[in-house]
Amino acid sequence: MRTAGDLVARMQMSRKMRIPEAKAYVADKLGVAINQLNDPIIMTEVREDLGLGTLHAGARSAKGIEAKHNISKLLDININCVERFKKNIS
Amino acid sequence: MTKITTRYGDGSPLEMTESELVEDLEAGSEDAAERGNIPALTKEEIGYLVDLFKCSYRIVGVDPGNEVVLTYDGAPIKMIRANINSDRLQALQMYEKLMGADTLEMGHVDYSYKPIKPIVSFEEPLMEQALLSTTAPLIYGAMPNLGLYSQPDGPFPNPAELMPEGKIAEAQEAYELAVEASIRDIVYVASSMMDSGADGIMLDTVGAAGDADVLAGLKATEILKGKYPDICVEMGMAGEFVLGMHGGMEYDGVRLAGLYCHDMVKLAEKAGVTLFGPVVNTNTTETAPWNLARSIVFTKACSDIAKIPIHANMGMGVGAVTVHDHPPLDITSRASKAMVELCNLDGL
Repeated sequence: MRTAGDLVARMQMSRKMRIPEAKAYVADKLGVAINQLNDPIIMTEVREDLGLGTLHAGARSAKGIEAKHNISKLLDININCVERFKKNIS
Repeated sequence: MTKITTRYGDGSPLEMTESELVEDLEAGSEDAAERGNIPALTKEEIGYLVDLFKCSYRIVGVDPGNEVVLTYDGAPIKMIRANINSDRLQALQMYEKLMGADTLEMGHVDYSYKPIKPIVSFEEPLMEQALLSTTAPLIYGAMPNLGLYSQPDGPFPNPAELMPEGKIAEAQEAYELAVEASIRDIVYVASSMMDSGADGIMLDTVGAAGDADVLAGLKATEILKGKYPDICVEMGMAGEFVLGMHGGMEYDGVRLAGLYCHDMVKLAEKAGVTLFGPVVNTNTTETAPWNLARSIVFTKACSDIAKIPIHANMGMGVGAVTVHDHPPLDITSRASKAMVELCNLDGL
């Protein structure tokens, strides 16, 4: 969560991607180089800009289920609890 | 001659010469290669490990670009075990917000599917609340733990009592009945958690009660995959090979007893497992170099053929990490680095 580990993990979990493929996929979707995925300075800015949640999430920033809506869209994956949330508010 | 400081598998310190280090690395590698009928370490890999143990830095890390993600087992339970008085939701927030965890795992303190089944209605709302307030993927975990299905704790005759009496067929039948009951419990609890929005299900310590335990895990995965095609199932082994407590159990025509991780991963893939966790036991009376070389040979054989991500079990007593409640960072970090870089792991 300091960088992009949760996003890479989501690709392993949802598409069974091994780590080189998962990192490349996430980097492409974020618009960063693969070697920037583990940089907390760059990734904090990227996560704030895209509303993906950060460790020190300030007021009015996307967090929790809100951030997961954005992650689901950005990575083009279904996130179980996000789908459940949508179903419950419809 | 410069002495290399390292440890035994129980954590006690020792000093070795470089030739003693090489001898132990080769012996650990040969032991695994012979048991698993798999390739031993190459000269280059031995050279990498020699440099790693000769390095005097207390803590080491992977080279840039080799970072992997971490999954956990029973994360909030670790807080309780450490006498930190937090509810599980707060424990998960601490993992995410304070430790920067890549993934989260919620588990009950009685970490087996059987005891969770009657209280699952109390687990569901907690899972749902945790999912609202956390961002990292949240897995629900527990063990098949077939030991709980034998009398006096469970409904079926106890194989450990039947076998010494020579009642082999009766003991095997008891295991077979336990498998079916365990599958029902795993599927029931896992379905509840998936319906509550969980990102995945962890079948932890699969094989703790031997081959019957493994069969229950594989069959439950198959059922869950049919019911929830997008489900993520993480399966972690209990030990470095499957104990043949029943002896005749098979999955997809393959006898389970005696399988090492490089054979287990093939069956896990067939069943629909998403993330696989191999285990290699730490031998307390051998050195850390011996244990690490041995762990790498087994785990590399598994990772090399895997089509799914491999998250090796690294912790107290497995993956060459010392058997102690407070694993020393010099060994834990060296073992983690070498396992990731030489085995091309996807996670720990």
